Amino acid sequence: MKKVAAVAAAFLILAGCKPQTAKEIRIGLITPLTGDVKTFGESVKNAFEMAVDEANKAGGVAGMRIIPFIEDDRNDPTEASNAANKLIKQDRVQAIVGSVTSKATIPVSDLAQSGKIPAITPSATNPKVTVADGKRKDFMFRACFIDPFQGKVMAKFAREALFKEKAAVLYDASNDYSKGIAEYFSDAFRLMGGKVVAYESYGKDDVDFSALLTKVKASGADIVFLPDYYNKVGLIARQAREKGIGASLIGPDGWDSPDLVKIAGEAVEGGYFSNHYSPDDTRPEVVAWVKKYKEKFGQTPDALGTLAYDATNLLLEAIRKANSGDPAKIRDALASIKGFKGVTGESAMDVNGNAVKSAVILQIVNGKQKFLKVVNP
Amino acid sequence: MEYFLQQVLNGLQIGFVYALIALGYTMVYGIVRLINFAHGDVFMVGAFIGLYAIERLQLPLAAVFLLAVLGSALLAIAMERVAYRPLREAPKIAALITAIGVSLFLEYFTALRQVFGPNYYSFPRPFAVFSWEFGGISVTNIQAIIFLVTLCSVALLRFIVHRTRMGKAMRAVSHDHVTAGLMGVNVDLVISFTFGLGAALAGIGGVLYGIAYPQVNTFMGVMPGLKAFTAAVLGGIGSIPGAVLGALIMGQSETLTAAYLSSTYRDGIAFVILIAVLLLRPTGILGVPGTEKV
Repeated sequence: MKKVAAVAAAFLILAGCKPQTAKEIRIGLITPLTGDVKTFGESVKNAFEMAVDEANKAGGVAGMRIIPFIEDDRNDPTEASNAANKLIKQDRVQAIVGSVTSKATIPVSDLAQSGKIPAITPSATNPKVTVADGKRKDFMFRACFIDPFQGKVMAKFAREALFKEKAAVLYDASNDYSKGIAEYFSDAFRLMGGKVVAYESYGKDDVDFSALLTKVKASGADIVFLPDYYNKVGLIARQAREKGIGASLIGPDGWDSPDLVKIAGEAVEGGYFSNHYSPDDTRPEVVAWVKKYKEKFGQTPDALGTLAYDATNLLLEAIRKANSGDPAKIRDALASIKGFKGVTGESAMDVNGNAVKSAVILQIVNGKQKFLKVVNP
Repeated sequence: MEYFLQQVLNGLQIGFVYALIALGYTMVYGIVRLINFAHGDVFMVGAFIGLYAIERLQLPLAAVFLLAVLGSALLAIAMERVAYRPLREAPKIAALITAIGVSLFLEYFTALRQVFGPNYYSFPRPFAVFSWEFGGISVTNIQAIIFLVTLCSVALLRFIVHRTRMGKAMRAVSHDHVTAGLMGVNVDLVISFTFGLGAALAGIGGVLYGIAYPQVNTFMGVMPGLKAFTAAVLGGIGSIPGAVLGALIMGQSETLTAAYLSSTYRDGIAFVILIAVLLLRPTGILGVPGTEKV
């Protein structure tokens, strides 16, 4: 009797982790649904679910039904590792979309690499996401451009369109994204003949920037570059204006949130930032996407959501091409994708798993984002 | 020179807020010899009460402070009753670990969606910000309010401790709570009162912090709490003027390091000062060995 029970128990355990049937494919999503960048996470989740639903309604991908698994990482590297471990070891996903910010995606990329599960981040722009110490993490991809490009775009814009001479840069020393892009921007700005008159760092939990801003004011900077996410940018911008700093504020894609204006109010009015797409673009793909997102969620899709939609579709396209749910085959198909037409434009994967695509520059006018121009790589 | 004075002013602003928190650490330590690590989280709760009072109830500023004071004080009194009183005669380390537990509990419990929520919330400004110019130095009305409210609070605290019966009882319990009890002092009541008083100051600090740096989340008390604790030790834990002095030194060292060296060294230098002071004067700047006052 005992033996029978043991056998039955063994069966139950086996049944619990039975290999996936050929009829379904498990795809994980890691995204910050709470914490300091929750608007990013919410957009990404909406767009991911939309892409998955569309594919499932159209009969699945390569004949397989998609089963999504969604994890919250709170924009915390440790939480992101836990989420990736759970998805890979416990939920046994065959591919991952995520995470969203560079600092959370870097640990995810290492786990995807060691677990041999292909992962694609919609929006983590730091180079270290796909390459570490000169070594390519060949299971990691991204659906967006990288920070050296973004830093250069903004430096060029500051020099050649705004005619600024002296830049001040404030960045978060504990954040790979912020630190990286601060360097790329400064290097490019100097190369183009500008001067970086203040280059100051702060910590993740800092809220008092008065000492730094007094320094910035004394430096006589005519432009202030703020490479961080919207919550910090909002706080800094507000204190900068209260300190009487009138210089233009510019930044990277981390500014893209409806909450930026809520926090900063008037302070970011007239500021510029680089982004992945603009909802005001008139290409038919963009128009169709904005319409269907608005119908479903009642708001204009931001770049994060749009990139997540593209990233998910890129992954699904790779699965279709591989015609298999085998992680290694999906990886090979992802690496060889060319001419993929997404909402954010046509993109191809370069040897480092980075999507090569154009950037846009937006300006905040009357509290709304206004499309200014497209910059090609 | 103007640059220097402007930076000193920036340092005073953050120093005064640290002072309000540091006073709570020092009073509680003075009376029950406990480092109440949850004190930074009481400060956070004060800020959230301020947020709700301004945003949902739309109260005038004075009422906002009053509500934050009451809420924080009640929270601290409840905390003492539930978590610390049963451990009063237990080894000190047990109470210390409990304090860390209470701190984590407050941070994560309030981060639940049903309580304050896990996100960053912007703190509404109850008034418009403007600044006065004095020969190239600008002072904002926020700074003026912080200085004014902090100075009034400290003056009131001195009055309570030195001029009232309750203050006399507090000083007695801090010297020797067994003897004070034998002389008819209601020790439990005095300790509850001290927790409440310290928390009230932290609550005021929370609202001021929210007004000055308009963003709150449930982990916002961790760093200011640590800094204020450091300030209290620096000034001599258990000493009220010491806590204020320590906090002002912390504020200046932070801003002046960022102003003249690099912001990267900011916290490093503050803690180097702490270590240096403790090596030369283990009781802190104004601490008196053996006879700490409330």
